[in-house]
Amino acid sequence: MKQKLVVIGNGMAPGRALEELVEKSPDQYDITIFNAESRVNYDRIMLSPVLSGEKTFEEIIIHGDSWYIDNNIMLYKGHKVTEIDREKKQVTSEHGQVASYDKLIIATGSLPFIIPVPGHKLPGVLSYRDLDDVTAMMLAAQSRGTAVVIGGGLLGLEAAAGLKEQGMDVTVLHLTPTLMDRQLDPAAGYLLEKELTNRGIKVITKANTKEIVGNGKVEAVHLDDGTVIPATLVVMAVGIRPNTGIAKDAGLEVGRGIVVSDQMVSSDPDIFSLGECAEVAGECFGLVAPLYQMASVVADNLAGGNDSKFAAQETATRLKVTGINLYSAGDFAEGDDREEIVLRDATSGVYKRLVLKENKIIGIVLYGEAADGPWFFEMMKSETDISEMRDTLIFGAAFQGGDALDPMAAVAALPDEAEICGCNGICKSKITTAITEKGLTTLDEVRAHTKASASCGTCTGLVEQLLSLTLGDAYDPAAITPMCGCTDLGHGDVRRLIKAKGLITIPAVMQELEWQTSCGCAKCRPALNYYLVCDWPDRYADDYQSRYINERVHANIQKDGTYSVVPRMWGGVTSADELRAIADVVDKFELPLVKCTGGQRIDMFGIKKEDLPAVWADLGKAGFVSGQAYAKGLRTVKTCVGTDWCRFGTQDSTGLGIKLEKFMWGSWTPAKLKLAVSGCPRNCSEATCKDIGIICVDSGFEIHVGGAAGLEIKGTEVLGNVSTEEEVLEYVVALAQMYREQGFYLERIYKWMARIGLEEIRSQIMHQPKRRKAYFDAFVFSQKFAQIDPWSERVSGKDKHEFKPMATLSLEAAE
Amino acid sequence: MNVMTQNWCSIGTIDDIPRRGARCVKHGEMTIAIFRTADDQIFALEDKCPHKNGPLSQGIVHDGCVTCPLHNWVISLESGQAQGADEGKTMVFPIKLDEKTILIDLSKSSGTS
Ligand code: SRM
Ligand SMILES: Cc1cc2nc3c(=O)[nH]c(=O)nc-3n(C[C@H](O)[C@H](O)[C@H](O)COP(=O)(O)OP(=O)(O)OC[C@H]3O[C@@H](n4cnc5c(N)ncnc54)[C@H](O)[C@@H]3O)c2cc1C
Ligand code: SF4
Ligand code: FES
Repeated sequence: MKQKLVVIGNGMAPGRALEELVEKSPDQYDITIFNAESRVNYDRIMLSPVLSGEKTFEEIIIHGDSWYIDNNIMLYKGHKVTEIDREKKQVTSEHGQVASYDKLIIATGSLPFIIPVPGHKLPGVLSYRDLDDVTAMMLAAQSRGTAVVIGGGLLGLEAAAGLKEQGMDVTVLHLTPTLMDRQLDPAAGYLLEKELTNRGIKVITKANTKEIVGNGKVEAVHLDDGTVIPATLVVMAVGIRPNTGIAKDAGLEVGRGIVVSDQMVSSDPDIFSLGECAEVAGECFGLVAPLYQMASVVADNLAGGNDSKFAAQETATRLKVTGINLYSAGDFAEGDDREEIVLRDATSGVYKRLVLKENKIIGIVLYGEAADGPWFFEMMKSETDISEMRDTLIFGAAFQGGDALDPMAAVAALPDEAEICGCNGICKSKITTAITEKGLTTLDEVRAHTKASASCGTCTGLVEQLLSLTLGDAYDPAAITPMCGCTDLGHGDVRRLIKAKGLITIPAVMQELEWQTSCGCAKCRPALNYYLVCDWPDRYADDYQSRYINERVHANIQKDGTYSVVPRMWGGVTSADELRAIADVVDKFELPLVKCTGGQRIDMFGIKKEDLPAVWADLGKAGFVSGQAYAKGLRTVKTCVGTDWCRFGTQDSTGLGIKLEKFMWGSWTPAKLKLAVSGCPRNCSEATCKDIGIICVDSGFEIHVGGAAGLEIKGTEVLGNVSTEEEVLEYVVALAQMYREQGFYLERIYKWMARIGLEEIRSQIMHQPKRRKAYFDAFVFSQKFAQIDPWSERVSGKDKHEFKPMATLSLEAAE
Repeated sequence: MNVMTQNWCSIGTIDDIPRRGARCVKHGEMTIAIFRTADDQIFALEDKCPHKNGPLSQGIVHDGCVTCPLHNWVISLESGQAQGADEGKTMVFPIKLDEKTILIDLSKSSGTS
């Protein structure tokens, strides 16, 4: 029988422990999690980028809903555990949910400390700990106003920078004379204060808060010295204390935190504790690096190994405020037995200080230029004797050996064991080995395979340098980054910022995202136009001047400047009447060529631009609409004959193809979108090389995705099986919508899939009914605006100017 | 022909052309593309790309250039010159605005097609 494992708290520490546990020993436990927050596990560290608007919540999720489903883990969201009954070995949540355990993990994190000054309970006084706090701050920021942040430590300053970014007038109050005094010496603290002041954040040090006043809500903060600071929002970020309440109630040994052994076992042998709530060897921890180490120990022990032990290690600190480089580690107090090396460069705002004891580094403070941090830190941890390089030490790794300064040399000089990603404890050689052995070429891939730079992201630059070092010219971050010469932003950033900043016109995008040209180019304009059409179907007016000619005039331009037109022939089925209408058009306009396309329909060639509306008028009378053979949108849905005629047919492939085409025509997509439905695995409609393909089988339908047979030949992958036509429609439409929302312009489904992974698509479309339904609904909504035949619109006069010359001049007039 | 002679001929108004768009004027066998930029400047070029005669009037207009619809050469509206690494030049005609009226002088052109 499987053992029952119950986890209280779903923060970063237990998240990591479970991830390692299910990898090591997938079927050993029945796992149940209770989490007071009503959401999945996310990267708490990245709340500051969410607050400043640089990231969305979706981007900082560590385990999405599908992860719990895929791993058979029961997650009770919004269930705070109120009682642990160690006799009965069960826990109870505030909603009365009971779960019994063989092993229990307590990972309740910490609680923000609130200074009990008068007024601390007024509405508008917040702490900074979870997404709810961030949402409340962003809401408060909407009405601009003034914010007071109490606490000039890491958290407080990140909150202040975020609120400033959101447009608030911000004042930081700090009790001691130096900001971040736990991490910085006064000189670095001064530079930091200056930088913040330059950014328009007011800083008051030696500030003792006396009371918070207001009538029904916050209005001002009063200091001991009589200063009054008006405020509509007060954020308290003065520290945290381990959240040990339920452990104490259950009679476990509790000191500052829940007391555990170096194997993370509490005073009850069946109860583990880890994270910020745990106390090991008299110490509690508040940064993820040691917590992740605890997580490994817990996972090892639960999986049956018991030789893994926690040993506290030094961790370095960085401040995650864009544009501020700051690094500190170790002990930098002054003392008789200590020496120091200091480098200051006032003009560029650089300050570096190393504290030495017996020729070894014991403390590091870097401000303004922090690239050498890991190099110093490594020497500090390995207790390297630095007497040999003393004279040049402070100039960093690149300077050793006397060569000229080369930014890359600093990284090259790091020893293999040098820690690159502090959060995840990933050293240099682990990254370089993964790059060579797994053939990784992008930052995202390194994140996926090693976790380096996947938590707080401050080591991203280093990881990129390692990619360059290891791959040489083969690593080209620029090749994937900018959309075009008009911007430094990549497609992903642009798509995200359009949504995050609510940009609804092309000029707004160009203004807000600082385009470097006045009106874009032929690469970015069509892309932006698509993104806006997709994101704001009801609010954005399609900009025809930003579309390629084919999409502007709804026909395919040919080499001689004439056009070809392809009407829809639903699922490749036609009739005598339709064929007669086509024949008449060919005769009437004396068209030089009629041809069957590779997409099961008929193409008429050599039409003069002026004649297009008349051709469409005739075709329209016979019931034809545009086949959109030119569109970055739904093209054809090829079908085979299926059950009605074929002796092997298992389902009505023709009928299903027509249904899909009728439902989806008119939709715009990042690149062309081609579908096919085959009646059996003989696959006569070539469904396995389409963007989305359906293979009918006796038991239902197999949905395929990611094929192509153009510039590249790609067989599809199977997404999953469903049993009814209605399901096919829902799943396929949801899949198309997911691609519409995430694909980069001109990126066909197979490329998008290579970028985000088949698993991710499968989990969202096959395993998350709510997501699927939401995609489906979004598609249906956008079809209201997209499913309009462009030909009939133009027959009725739209864009008349396109099809007529502006003037015809006689030859004499010009002479 | 007298160099001083100007032979302006009205072809319509600026409102006939969409911003960042173009319209054509037929002149015997020749088609001339009249462009209007985002900031309402007007240019006239023969509607023929120096590459393979693509109809420039059908391209995307951006800044002072148009991108040819056939193979994406970028042509300067002011000089008719192909930009970047491509070489070639399209014929340019003098054009001016009189209030809203567009006037073109077909007797003078610069460059060959
Ligand atoms: C008309 C047609 C050829 C034919 O006479 O059969 C055709 C014609 C063109 N194809 Fe195609 N393709 C046609 C079926 C295909 C097929 C076959 C199919 O769909 O089953 C393929 C391979 C399948 C695939 O897409 O993976 C195909 C792969 C391409 C590609 C390569 C796409 C890729 O991602 O690798 C291009 C180039 C592109 O889109 O950038 C292309 C581009 C073109 C363009 C639009 C080239 C252009 O930009 O001007 C051609 C337009 C000619 C015109 O003006 O009509 N055509 N093209 C077919 C129209 C089908 C339809 O009814 O809509
Ligand atoms: C804004 C911010 C920025 C940070 N930046 C950094 C950084 O740059 N680097 C770094 O190393 N660290 C940083 N940290 C600290 C880091 O996020 C924490 O150390 C880490 O998240 C703690 O993990 P945990 O699992 O112990 O607790 P948490 O992640 O706090 O999770 C505890 C969870 O348990 C739940 N819970 C509590 N009680 C109960 C109960 N009775 N029943 C059920 N559920 C309960 C809570 O709702 C919470 O979701 C930052 C923290 C914040 C808030
Ligand atoms: S295969 Fe090439 S030449 Fe033929 S229609 Fe497609 S793009 Fe044109
Ligand atoms: S004809 Fe203009 S780019 Fe080829």
